[in-house]
Order: sequence, then C-alpha cells, then structure tokens
Amino acid sequence: MKYFSLVWAGLWRKKTRTVFTMISIVVAFLLFGLLQGINQGFSVAMRTLDVDRLYVSARTGMTDGMPISYLQRIRNLPGVRAVSLWAYFGGYYQDARKVVPAFATDAAELFKVYKEIKIKPEYLAAMEKTRTGVLIRDTLATQYGWKVGDRIPIGTSIWTNKAGSNTWEFDIVGTFDASAYGMGFPAFYLNYSYFDEARSFGTGQVHYYIVSIQDPKQADRISREIDAMFANSSVETRTQTEFALAQSQLKQLGDINFIANAIVGAVLFTLLFLTANTMMQSVRERTSELAVLKTLGYSDTKVLLLVMTESLLLCLFAAALGIGLAAVVFQSPALQKLFGNFSMPTLVMMMGAGIAVAVAFVSGFPPAWRARQLNIVDALAGR
Amino acid sequence: MKMFRQIGAVTAMNFRSLPQRVSTSLVVVIGIAGVVAVLVSVLAMSTGLIRTMENTGRDDRAIVLRSGSMAETSSALDRNSAKLIVDGAGIKHDANGDPITSAETMRILSLHKKDDDSEINVILRGVGPRMLEVRPELKIVEGRMFEPAVTEVIVGKSAHSQFKGLNVGDVVHSRGANWTVVGVFETGGDSHESSLMTYAETLISIDQRGSFQSVTALLDSPSSFQAFKDSLSSNPALAVDVVREREYYQQQSKNMSTIISIIAYVVGGIMAVGAVFAALNTMYSAVSARLQEIATLRALGFGSAAMVASVLAEALILALIGGVIGALLAWMFFNGNTVSTSGGGMGQMVFELAVSPQLMILGVVWACVIGVLGGLFPAMRAARLPVAMALRAV
Repeated sequence: MKYFSLVWAGLWRKKTRTVFTMISIVVAFLLFGLLQGINQGFSVAMRTLDVDRLYVSARTGMTDGMPISYLQRIRNLPGVRAVSLWAYFGGYYQDARKVVPAFATDAAELFKVYKEIKIKPEYLAAMEKTRTGVLIRDTLATQYGWKVGDRIPIGTSIWTNKAGSNTWEFDIVGTFDASAYGMGFPAFYLNYSYFDEARSFGTGQVHYYIVSIQDPKQADRISREIDAMFANSSVETRTQTEFALAQSQLKQLGDINFIANAIVGAVLFTLLFLTANTMMQSVRERTSELAVLKTLGYSDTKVLLLVMTESLLLCLFAAALGIGLAAVVFQSPALQKLFGNFSMPTLVMMMGAGIAVAVAFVSGFPPAWRARQLNIVDALAGR
Repeated sequence: MKMFRQIGAVTAMNFRSLPQRVSTSLVVVIGIAGVVAVLVSVLAMSTGLIRTMENTGRDDRAIVLRSGSMAETSSALDRNSAKLIVDGAGIKHDANGDPITSAETMRILSLHKKDDDSEINVILRGVGPRMLEVRPELKIVEGRMFEPAVTEVIVGKSAHSQFKGLNVGDVVHSRGANWTVVGVFETGGDSHESSLMTYAETLISIDQRGSFQSVTALLDSPSSFQAFKDSLSSNPALAVDVVREREYYQQQSKNMSTIISIIAYVVGGIMAVGAVFAALNTMYSAVSARLQEIATLRALGFGSAAMVASVLAEALILALIGGVIGALLAWMFFNGNTVSTSGGGMGQMVFELAVSPQLMILGVVWACVIGVLGGLFPAMRAARLPVAMALRAV
C-alpha cells in the first residue's frame, strides 16, 4: 500500500494520455455493460419467472384453440392450485394501428394464478357483476386516458359478435398494477363467459390455460400428466413452464444474440491494443526514471509489479466507471418500463471486472517485463 | 502555392517517419477498423431484411385485405367478398377473359431451426389455382407442384435450407393434417422463400375456416392500381383496403429493420466516441514524438497551416486504412450470410446479410470523420507550439 502514491504518480505522469485512454476504456465497458446487461437481464428476468405457473396450449400451435371442457379436467388434477385461461381477442382501439392486447379470461382465477399483480378486491367484484366489464392495466388507462366507468369501443381483427359487428363495447370496471411482472403481461381483460356467448363462431375455444401449482418441484410431473391426459384426443396439448415459454418466444428473434456477443468481442479486442500501447509508451518514456528506482534499490520484481499495478489500476478504474454508467442507463424510466424492475446483473459486473483484469495483464505484461529487464547503466546512458 | 508545397513536403516527411511509430499508428487503424466493421455488419442485417422485402412484390400486383387490417394474419375476406374483388377494374385477364387473381389464406406452423433446434413460427400459405399466373417468378427447383385437394405442400428455398424436416418426401404435421412435402420452389430471393405453400381450398377445409385472408391480383400495368383501388372502395358491398404489393411487404418489415438500424447507430456511435479518443491519443503522441522536428521546421519558416494539414493528413490516412480494413472484414465475413429473425406478421424470415457498396462507403465516411476529429486538436497543438521552447527541450 505504501507504493500507492508512486503508482498513482506514474499513472498521471501524462494527464492527457491517461485521460484519453481511460475514456476509451470507459466507453468500451459502457458498451459491454449495456449489451451484456440486456442479454443477461433477459435470462435473469426469465429465471425469476414463476416456475409454479404452467402454460397449456394446443400442441400444433398456440393459435389453435382447445375446448373449454379441458378446464375442469386440469383443475381436478392433484397438486393444481388454480387454473385460469386466455382466449385471444386481438383488439384495437379506433384504428388497427392502435393495438390493445386484449384477452378473454376468468378474472377471479386469473389474479389467483398471478399473485404478484395488484388489484383492489372491489374491482374484481365489479368484474364479476358486470358482464361487459373489463379490467385494464393502469399504464394502458393512462395511454388512452381511460377511467373506471368509461364505456369504450374495441375493434377486433378476429371476432364478430352476434350483432354482426367486429367492434365490441366494454365497460371499464377496474385497473390493476402489473409492474412486478414487467412488459409482457397482457393489459386488457374481458369476461370469457360474456365473450363466449357473444361471439358468432369459435364457441368454447380457449388458447391458453394458465395453471398455478402448489409445489414448483412438481412442475415436470404435472406438465406430463396434463399432456398425457389429452394425448390422442382431438386436440393434444403442450404444457410449458413460464420460463420455457418466454425462452421460446425470445428464440423467435433468432440470431440477434450472436450479434451482441460479436460486437462485444470486437470492442474488447480493440481495447487490448489501445491499453497495451499506452502502457508501452508510458514505460518507454520513463526508462530513465525506472533505472533511477532500480539504482535506489528497487528489485527487478518490484519494478515489474509497479508497472503491472499501474496497468491494473487504469483498467479497473475505467471499467468500474463504464459499467457504473451502464447501470445508470438501466435506471432510466424508459428501460424500467420495458424490463420491469431491472438493474445491472451482478454477474455482468463480475464479468466486467474479470475482463478488466485480463486486459490489464495482457496489455501490462510486455512493458512490465521490459521494465524488469532494464539494465541500469544502459538505461541511464539512454542506450 | 507556396503553402501547398510546404504542406506536401511536411506530409511526405511525416509518412516517411511513420514506420518508427508503427505500434501507436496501429491503434488508430485497429480501433477504427473495429468501429466500421461493427457498424457495417449490423447495418447489413437491416439492409438484407429490407432488400428481401423489396424483392417481394411487384408494382403491377395489388393485395386486398379487410379494411383496417394491418397484415394478412389479422385479415379475413369471406367468399362473397373474394368473388366481388375479382370483378375489380384494372385486373389483367388471360386469353379466355378470366381475371388473374389468387385468393389466399395462411396459417402458422411450428417448425425447428436446423442450427440450434429452436422452435419457430413459419407461414403455410394457401394459394389460388391461378397462383402461377399471378406469380410467374415462382419456379419449382426440386420435385413437383402440389396437387389440389390433397395435403401436399411445396417449400421455399430458404425455409428448406434453414428449417428441419422439409426435404421432398418429409411429412409436416399441423392441426388436422399431415402435409407431404412434394417440391422446393424459389421466387427470386423474396420473403415467400421462407414459407410453405399449398392449395387454399385444402387449407380452408382442414382448418374449418370459412374465409380467405387476402386476394392478390395481377394488374394490367402498374398504373392501373388507382383504378383497381377506386373500383373496390366504391363498391358498397366491400369493406377492404387495397395496397400495392411492394408497399405491403415493405411495411411488414419496417419495424424490425428500424430497430436493427437504431441498434447499429447507437452501438456504432458509442464505439466511435471511444475510437475518437484513441485517435486523439495516437495523434498527440505522434506530435510529441516529432516535437523537435516540428519546431525546427517552424524555425525554418514553414507555416502553421502546413503543420495542421500534415497532422490531419496523417490522421486521415490512418483512419482511411482502418475504415477500409473494417469494411472489407465485414464484407468478407458477413456478406451473403443467412440469418433469420421474426419478420413481423410474416412468421420467421430468412434473409441474407447484404454488405452493399453504399454501406461500405458509409463505413469509410465514418472512419474519416473519426480521423479528422481525432487529428484536429493534436494538429492545432503542433501549429501553436512556441518554437523557442520546443527547441530548448532538446
């Protein structure tokens, strides 16, 4: 520790150069933090997804419906706590470009399945009493300026009602707060019982059953039992955990992930050259100073360590700044809305620190070795 | 004139001393090459996506959807509407006087990708009996065409190469049917090559769906589009939107390609900032390495403009080399690579990364801007150097 001021002085020997190098490293780690943070953030967010929730859909594809009669049979399975359902409504408001993610559901059961979503009990009661009632997410209400009590026309690209129209009128009976879930939670729910009566075709069709189970460890067993129950029936099912479902949706994005990794690779490779060059220059300029240190009795190893420490200090400090900056970006409201409660994953910070140390060693070692090998007489003579 | 001679002389001298500063100069070259390579290859994705979509669709074809539908997936046209659309003005007729149209429907199939087995959504399109006249660009490259009224499909070339289980003779399962693959088709590199096709009536009867989703019509000429559109919108029995086919497909890929472009510019921009500082560093050290040389030249009467120009020229040349290397790397590694992503309402879209000459030029322009920004301040330092002090430092 007593050498710290020496290392520090060496680092700031040429202020502009150190500052510029540092900014480059900060930028590189900012990029690393952002890309890997989002990447890891997705999988971390997915891992925290409830494993005690299962999603049942038709085996042939999620847009193929299943009969409503499955509901009771799934509910009767041992270990099942609650079952709700989703039927796509495919809604829009006023114009097909203003999409409203609307689903028909059994509201009372739905909020038993999604325990983390906050709703006032009186809203649930009102939903039960009002056939044409809808529950909407608070963010959607703000977006369109809707209030509880409003009557709104919602168009659908799929369903015509028995009156022959594809614009349905609903009464908003309550709002809910789904911030604990994040972006992916559908924001608009109508009563399935009403929907099923009023639609002119497709009666009795459901697209998803969402099953909440008592013990997450039983997820595999119950999934298998559900699928086995409907094997060889007219509509076979596929049951997935929430995690598996989210992952398969992300997979649809395809090769995007590879690109993020390739960019980070290119950035770090470039960085290595930059830092190595800075350290090399700085040691070359200080040849005579290092020789003086050796004359004063500093051992070869000590000189090597001094230079290495300097390189380490430069990289770690700049990396911390860069990743810190990325963490601040993640706190911005826009990103919070996208990911739910999201912060820089610890794993990414650790990876960042690891990479900073690696870069410091690889780039610091050649000049440090050079410093170690310095011959006092030659160095002082400027040879 | 004298100034230009000075600039030339000093710049030439600079370049002759470049070999002594190889490692510092390499930093600029490599740094900028990295920025340009990343920028160009990410942009190549959105260019490739747009190009595939632009290939899809001709100006003399129009697509008819239910009014208010953004995409075929959310559209529905009953048989009656489909019949009325066929009578629209401006549709091309064949030798027998029959209109050339194709009423189509589609459903989503779950397939698996070859490279990582991930499950993806692929479009199975049901087409009308006159599809080959509507889309003359469709060629069967392997096997044969599907027969009407049997569960046979033909698969697009891209789908065939990217997704599992689509060889001729394979069977694809969907709700209510097992489809036998009987042929592979190509359509000149457009988005249909990522999909499967069968006969619309077969698909409708299996899905027990009463309706089509879109009608594609071949027009007399691109200019008959307005007449066609007007004749349909003035028909009170129809509630439809008429779009030029090319515009429709461009619209479908717009979101995805915008997102990719934004990523490219944000990431490229951040990297460029880093590279500017790397260049600043290099050029400052280049200037300080030549401190005495510059001072001597100034003492001999060389102007400060010559100093500025020489440093800038050095930065620019290094940047240019880096930019060209970066663009070439992107071209070598990524041009023609096939990737796939979710294409909006189009299911999984397979497309080639396109490193076009325009993109490579864009990359080199970025490199030059970075070079100039990184060279400017060091150049000014060289020009402002107090001669006497610099010489005394010897």
